Amino acid sequence: MTAILQVGLNHFLILSAILFAIGLFTVSTRRNAVAVLMGVELILNAGALNFVAFSHYVEGSVGGQVFAVFIIVMAAAEAAIALAIVLAIFRHFRSIDAVETSTLRD
Amino acid sequence: MDLIATITPGTLFFYLLASVVVLSALGVALAPNLLYSAFALLGTLGGVAGLYMFLGADFVGIVQLLIYIGGILVLILFAVLLTNRIGEVKLSNPSAGIMLGAPAAVGMLALIAKATLGTPWPLTEEAAAPTTARLGDAFLREQLLPFELASLILLMALVGSMVIARRAAKEEGKIASDGTHDRLAG
Repeated sequence: MTAILQVGLNHFLILSAILFAIGLFTVSTRRNAVAVLMGVELILNAGALNFVAFSHYVEGSVGGQVFAVFIIVMAAAEAAIALAIVLAIFRHFRSIDAVETSTLRD
Repeated sequence: MDLIATITPGTLFFYLLASVVVLSALGVALAPNLLYSAFALLGTLGGVAGLYMFLGADFVGIVQLLIYIGGILVLILFAVLLTNRIGEVKLSNPSAGIMLGAPAAVGMLALIAKATLGTPWPLTEEAAAPTTARLGDAFLREQLLPFELASLILLMALVGSMVIARRAAKEEGKIASDGTHDRLAG
């Protein structure tokens, strides 16, 4: 019981595993492209949280936090590009449903 | 062992933030309305920022607040509102393939949890303290090259996203003008 109450590394790892699983579920079940992007953001957050937790509990330095900042920067670039692509797809297909945008498959 | 004595404010704070993160992440995954999903994402990102603070990563927490909530979330809200026709009451957000997605997510969670709890991590005890100064040092010494590359990537992403969005606008304009031309000729 004390192991559960005393917050340690495992708490953060399990929490980010839950966050990752929810993100994976979102990415694999949503059909709206913007909702899929939100799932990707959840997964990126889970990864960054892992980096910061490891840097606090294992490394004892700031190397993990550097990675977390870079992940946030990459997420910003990814979101800008992905949303521009989503807008282009919407202009072309009049929809961002992943099932309807299947010209390449037909 | 006195159980109550082991419940520190830090523990309560962690469980509060963790429940906010998990519940709003479930909201992102399951909300029937896309706008509700976007607002639930606000709770997740804010909760994760709080957890960064909890771990002594104050700068990362502030960056999370500024860039994720102030930038990316607003961008996502713009995309939600731009890609749904104005006047459409229900912003539909259908889910598909739950039969496949749920087992995959649960299986992944079980796998990570098993690996996490079965590994003896080499822990170092470090008190939570502000790390902004050390982080700035790292950015200007050991991590200088990645830091500069990150700014280059941001510039490329900025220009690239503008080009992608603009080309689509130009093509749409061309089609519209061709249509009027045909109509005039006909």
